[in-house]
Amino acid sequence: MNVIVCVKQVPGTNEVKMNKETNTIIREGIEAIINPFDTYAVEEGVRIKEQTSGKATVISMGIPSVVDLLKETIAVGIDDAVLLSDRAFAGADSLATSYALSMGIKHIGEYDLIICGKQAMDGDTAQVGPGLAEKLNIPHTTYVRKIEEIREGYIRCQRMTEDGYEVIEMLLPAVITVVKEINEPRLPSLKGMMRSKKAQITVWTTDDIGADKSLCGLKGSPTQVVKTFVPIHDVKSEMMEGTPEEQASKLAKKLLSMQFAICQEEES
Amino acid sequence: MASIKIINEKCVGCRLCIGACPFGAMEMSNDRKAVILDNCTLCGACVSACKFEAIDFQKEEVSNSVDISLYEGIWIFAEQKHGEPESIAYELLGVGRTLADDRNTTLTAVLIGNRLDDACKKLIMQGADRVMVVEDESLDHYNDESYTDIFVQLIRENNPEVILMGATTYGRSLAPRIASRINTGLTADCTKLEIDPEDGKLLQTRPAFGGNLMATIICPNHRPQMATVRHKVMKELEPDDKRTGEIIRPEVTIPKDLKIKVKDVVSTICEMVPLTEADIIVSGGRGMGDPKNFALINELAEILGGAVGASRATVDAGWIEYSHQVGQTGQTVGPQVYFACGISGAIQHLAGMSSSDTIIAINKNPDAPIFKVATFGIVGDVMEMLPLLIKEFKAVLG
Repeated sequence: MNVIVCVKQVPGTNEVKMNKETNTIIREGIEAIINPFDTYAVEEGVRIKEQTSGKATVISMGIPSVVDLLKETIAVGIDDAVLLSDRAFAGADSLATSYALSMGIKHIGEYDLIICGKQAMDGDTAQVGPGLAEKLNIPHTTYVRKIEEIREGYIRCQRMTEDGYEVIEMLLPAVITVVKEINEPRLPSLKGMMRSKKAQITVWTTDDIGADKSLCGLKGSPTQVVKTFVPIHDVKSEMMEGTPEEQASKLAKKLLSMQFAICQEEES
Repeated sequence: MASIKIINEKCVGCRLCIGACPFGAMEMSNDRKAVILDNCTLCGACVSACKFEAIDFQKEEVSNSVDISLYEGIWIFAEQKHGEPESIAYELLGVGRTLADDRNTTLTAVLIGNRLDDACKKLIMQGADRVMVVEDESLDHYNDESYTDIFVQLIRENNPEVILMGATTYGRSLAPRIASRINTGLTADCTKLEIDPEDGKLLQTRPAFGGNLMATIICPNHRPQMATVRHKVMKELEPDDKRTGEIIRPEVTIPKDLKIKVKDVVSTICEMVPLTEADIIVSGGRGMGDPKNFALINELAEILGGAVGASRATVDAGWIEYSHQVGQTGQTVGPQVYFACGISGAIQHLAGMSSSDTIIAINKNPDAPIFKVATFGIVGDVMEMLPLLIKEFKAVLG
C-alpha cells in the first residue's frame, strides 16, 4: 500500500518569546522543526507501509532548507521525500497550499492513503487536509485517533469528536488527518540515520509539477492578511492572602459573588 | 508575481521590521540594511511597521476574481444533533445578526438533517430571518461527503456573500472542503468578525502562533467570504418567540452511493459535560503529584457542574485520557471559569485556555507563568487547597 504523508516546517514553539519593549514576537534564532502533529502522521504512514509492504513518501512545501527536516523523516522509516520549493509558492494560504500539494501528489503517482497532521502549530487552521482531499476529489476524515482496519480500497477508522468518537468507513484512496492519540512516534534507528544521511531529497518547482502559477502562492490565495497585532492581556491578577483556610474561603466568596454559572447551577 | 524589496536608500537600520515579521524572515546585513530572507510569505506585516517607507510591496492584482456584487446575504451553518441545534449555531446567529444588520441584509441559517421542525423555530427565535432546511433520513448524522455536496448546491443556487461555521470538529472539516470546491477564501477560528464600514467587506480576526499574535484577514476578490468561528466566543441572543422568519425547503439532490459511511457514533463522556461546552473547567497538572489525586479535580468539577481538564504533561504520563487535554495539542476552551490546579502554564497550555473569562491559578511556585493570566491566584499546595475549596463550595452549593 502506498502512503503519502504531508508535513510542514514550523518554528519550534517552545521558544516563542515576547519582546517587552516593542511588544512583538522574538523570532530570531528559532530553530525550525517538523510540525509536531505531522510526526504522528509520519509514524502512522511508516506503520502502514510496514504492515502492507508498500511505500511511504513524505511531501512538503517550503523553503529549500526544509530538505534537512525531510531527511529526519527518512531516519524514522520514510522511503522517499519530495519538497515543493519555488518562489511562486510563497505567501500561500490554505487554498493555494492545498492546490500545490495536490499537484505535487499527482506528480508522485499512485497512492492509497494520504495522511496529514491534525493542524499546524503556527497557523492552527486544520484546513489543508480537507482542502487537499477536495482538490484530489477523494474522501477525507479529520481528527483520526485510530485506524481499525485498512486493506485494498478500504479503511475503517475512529474520528475523535467533542464528546467521544465516530467509526467511519471510507473507500480508498482517501485523506485522513490524525491526532496525537493515534500513536507514539519512534526514535530514529542507527540504520535509519545512516540512510537519511545519504538520502537524496527531490525538489520540484511549479513547472516540474505542472502547476498553474496563478493558483499558487500569494497569487492563488483568496485571503489576505491586512493587519497583525499583539493582543493586550490586561489581566489584573489578585492574589489571595492569609492562611490556606482563609484563602479558600476568600476565593469561594469571590467566585460565588460573580453571579455566573456556579450560581445558575444552583438555581436549576 | 507579487514582490517585496527593501529600498536601501530609505532603510535606516532601525530593526522595526525584524520585530514585526511573524515569520522571522528579516535580517540586518552588515551594513545595517534590512534583508528579506527566503521564508518571507509576503504577508506585508513589515510594510506597515516601517516608519520610513523603505519597503516596497507590490501586491498582485487578481484577474480571475468573480463579480462580487452578485453575492448577497449572511449565512450560518446550524449544526444539529438528533434534531436539536448545537449551542454554536446560536452563537453564530448572534454574531451573524450584527453582521446582517450592519450590511443591511438577511441572516439565513442553513440546517441539514432529519426531522427539523422544532429546530427551525428555535433558530428563528434566536435571530434567523430565514432557515434553509434540507431533510432526509440519510442526513440524520453529519457526513462530510453528503453535507458538502448539499451545501455546495445551496451556495451555487443562492450566492451568499458570507458563510460562517463553527470551529468545531464538523465545521473545521466541512468549511475547508466547501471552500476548496468553490475556490474561495476561508479564515479559521475567528474570534472577532466585523463589516468594514467603508467597503462592506468582512474583517476576520483570528489568533495565530498560539494566541501570541492576532491577524485580521480579508477575502477581497472571491465570494462567498467564509470563516469558522471559535466556540464560546460570540454571544447568543435571548430567544424571542415573537420573532418571525421564513422557512425555505430548497430543491436539492440528495447524494447517494457515498464513499464515506459513518458506522457508529460513540459517546465516551457520559457523566460530565464535554470540555468544549463546559462553562466551568477544573484542570489538573503535574503538580497534582499522582494520578490518584485527580479524584479531587473530579470532585470539585462535579460540585461546580463543570468538566475536567488536564495539562499535556499529565496526559503524556498516562494519568488521564487525551480527550481531557487542554492546550495547543489538545482542546481549545473558553469557559466562564477555568481552574488551573498545579499547572505551571506553559505557553502551549495558555494558548488553549487564556480566553477563559475568569482564570483561577493554584500553584506552589509564585513565579509560575500561569499567574500572569490568572484573575485570582493562590500560592500554595494544591493538595491542601483543593479539599478546602471543595468544602467551601459544598457548604454553599450542597
